[in-house]
Order: sequence, then structure tokens, then C-alpha cells
Amino acid sequence: MRRRVVVFAVVLAALAFSLSAHAQRGGGGGGQGGSAPPAGTTKISPPVHVDGWGRAVAEKPKDYKPGPAPVRDLSGIWEPAEGWRAGVQANGARDNPSDRNHTLPFTPLGEQTWKSHHPGFGTTAVDIQFNNDPFNICDPIGTPRINLFNLRGVQIMQTKKQVLLLYQNSQVWRNFWMDGRELPKEFDEPRWYGYSVGRWTDDYTFVAQTRGLDERTWIDNAGRPHSDQLMVEETFHRVNADIIELTLTITDPKMYTQPWVALNKFQLGLLPDSFDIREQLCSPSEAATYNTIQAEAVKK
Amino acid sequence: MKHAFHREEHMKQMFILCTVLALTAPVAAHHGNASTENKTVVMKATVVQWLWTNPHTFLKFDAKDDSGNVTQWTAEWNNPSTLVNFGLTAKTFKAGDEVTVTLDGVAKSGAPIGRIKEVMLANGTVMRYDGVAGTGR
Repeated sequence: MRRRVVVFAVVLAALAFSLSAHAQRGGGGGGQGGSAPPAGTTKISPPVHVDGWGRAVAEKPKDYKPGPAPVRDLSGIWEPAEGWRAGVQANGARDNPSDRNHTLPFTPLGEQTWKSHHPGFGTTAVDIQFNNDPFNICDPIGTPRINLFNLRGVQIMQTKKQVLLLYQNSQVWRNFWMDGRELPKEFDEPRWYGYSVGRWTDDYTFVAQTRGLDERTWIDNAGRPHSDQLMVEETFHRVNADIIELTLTITDPKMYTQPWVALNKFQLGLLPDSFDIREQLCSPSEAATYNTIQAEAVKK
Repeated sequence: MKHAFHREEHMKQMFILCTVLALTAPVAAHHGNASTENKTVVMKATVVQWLWTNPHTFLKFDAKDDSGNVTQWTAEWNNPSTLVNFGLTAKTFKAGDEVTVTLDGVAKSGAPIGRIKEVMLANGTVMRYDGVAGTGR
């Protein structure tokens, strides 16, 4: 009897879906409420990439060819070249995501620490009530996760002594000192975004190193851990006028037996200099609303 | 017993209030999809509130079943930074708007919470995030 009811319900549902879809295409009366549009008026809102002021980004001509890379210059407004969402990296670092095909060289402590992290994505994903991602409550996203989760717009500026990165995500900035100072061996005050120095290794390649990072942050959206020994190396290679390749390597002997590559030549594309990077902030009150609704979705 | 009752209620909601079809094309939520069951649900709805918020947006709406019973749903959509590229803004919906909402996932708990696939406005425009433009996922 129960089976018959289920079969009937499925058939009914399929029929109803078919009718509904027909109505959506503008071919029917639209059912109750009279809110459906007249036949033939349905149209899809097409995707148009816009900036923070809602202004459309002009498409490049098909025969466009980028100019040569400028010498020792990373400045400009950038976003993932493959597409403006290619830096989301929901399942963890793009080139070593948390999936069946990738295994990180954890130390026993690294494995143990990772198991204590309960992310919403990757092979160790949990329901939200068990999720302990510090970014869920708007703790600073930190380095290197600022590059490994929701990497969207980023403006790079240069002075004689610094390279500065201004990120869309969390609207934070980082600075790489290139005035000759060296990173200390010990840090009295770990920082969410660490302490960074950088240098040009040739006219088109800038290498930055960051240490002194706060252990409360996660490396990526899959909860990969780090210790106070983490060193993040970022290599920015200017391929031409329009492309920077970013390679990011993780070294942390407490958590990993060997360095591993989180981003391998990840391409950033140059945007027009009139592009306004939109606000994308983690608001504690909005996050609380989000978390409450999500908790309702799993409440038994 | 409570569980059985809950399941009956869930089925009633799904098959009487809504239109249901199983699908396999989830849109990833900010904190994961573990709490969501992949299903397509189409409803005529009246907008209650449009929350243009981070990390994700929410549309709250009332949907009425054939018996006239109204259920208020809360449906999650993508981040504003993504949706602006698909024509959506903080002012796309206002309370009282008549729309047709298509969800592609519903809460496993049976609560009237879902994940938006697209929303058709009263003028026939379908607001849709296709998950391809912009790539990423």
C-alpha cells in the first residue's frame, strides 16, 4: 500500500513539475495567483560581469593580444583570469583540494589537528552544527586562506619599499616589505595576516615570504591546519601585460613532512583601471543570521 | 513515532504544497551542502523579505497550498558578489512581490528551508545563477 502511495505521488509530482515547467516557459496559465506572465514574455537575465558600482566590464575584442610584461611592476586591479569565481576554492586549495585524488603529507600532529577541524567542505565535511570553521563567525580569514578561499578582486599597488595587496574578500590589505629587512626568527605577536617580505628575483618575478601567522586560522576552506612554524611563499610572475601567475607554497614542518603547493601558476587577469572592487565583508550579525537559518535546516 | 510523523509531514509538504523532482545539480552553500537534499521544488510565492547579506543571500516568501494553508519558506542563494553579475541587486525583490521560486535543494530536516535555483518575476524575467559564467563551481 505504501509503495503504491509513493509511486502515485511520484507520478503526480512529475506531472505537476511538467505542468509547472510549461507554465514557466510562458506556455500556460501559470496556476494560482495569476502572477505568471503572459505567454512568450519569459526571458532569462543574462550574466554580465559588473564592478562594485554596477558598471559592466567591457569584453576584450576577439583579436586582442596583450602587450609585453612591464618591468618589475605588479600594479593593477586583478581577478582570476579563468573567470571571476575561479578563486572560490570551496573544497580547499585549488591545486591540492580535499578530495579522493589529493593527499597532503601530514605529520602525525598535522593529521590530528586536521581531524579536530570540522569544515563544511571537502572529504571531512560535516553538518553545520558540528562545523567549527573560525571564518563562520567572522574571525579574520588570515594568510594564506585569503588567497585560497574566495580570491576575487585584488588591487596591487607598489611603492619604493612595499608591494601592497588590497583584497575584495574581507576588504583587507597585506604588505610585502622590500626595503631589505629580513623576517625575524621569532615573533612576539603572531598576526592574522603575518609578517611579509618580498624581492624581485628577475624583472618579472616577485617572491614574497610570510611568517609569524596566528595559529587560529585555517589554511583553506577544507580546514587544513598550520602551526606557528608556517611559512607561506608566494611567487608572482608577470607573464605579460594582462596576466600574473601566482604560485603559493606551504611549508610547515610541524604539520607537514614536506612543502606542498596550494596554487600552481594560478592566473590573475588585469581589469580596467576604472574597475571598482565591490565590498565583500564578513559581518558578524549577518553571519549569525546565516548560521541560525542553516542550523534550522538540519534540526531534527 | 515522532520521526514517522515528521516524515509524513515532510512528504505532505513536498507532494501537496510543492512540485518535486529529484535532481543532482547542487549549488554549493557557504558552509557546505551536508544539510541539504537535492530536489527541485517549484512554488508560486509572495515575497516576505529579501536579505542581501554575506556570506549568502536569502529570500523569505510565503507559499500557499491548495487548501489555502500558507507556509513561510527561507531560501538561500549565492553571495551578493556573485549574484550582481546575474542582474540581481539589493532591490530585486520587495515584500509583496508575486514570484515563482524554483529550489534545487531542500532541508533534510523537513523545515521549509531551501536553496534557490531561479526566481521568475511577475513580468516573466527569470533571475538565474547558472553556475557556469564566472566558473569556479
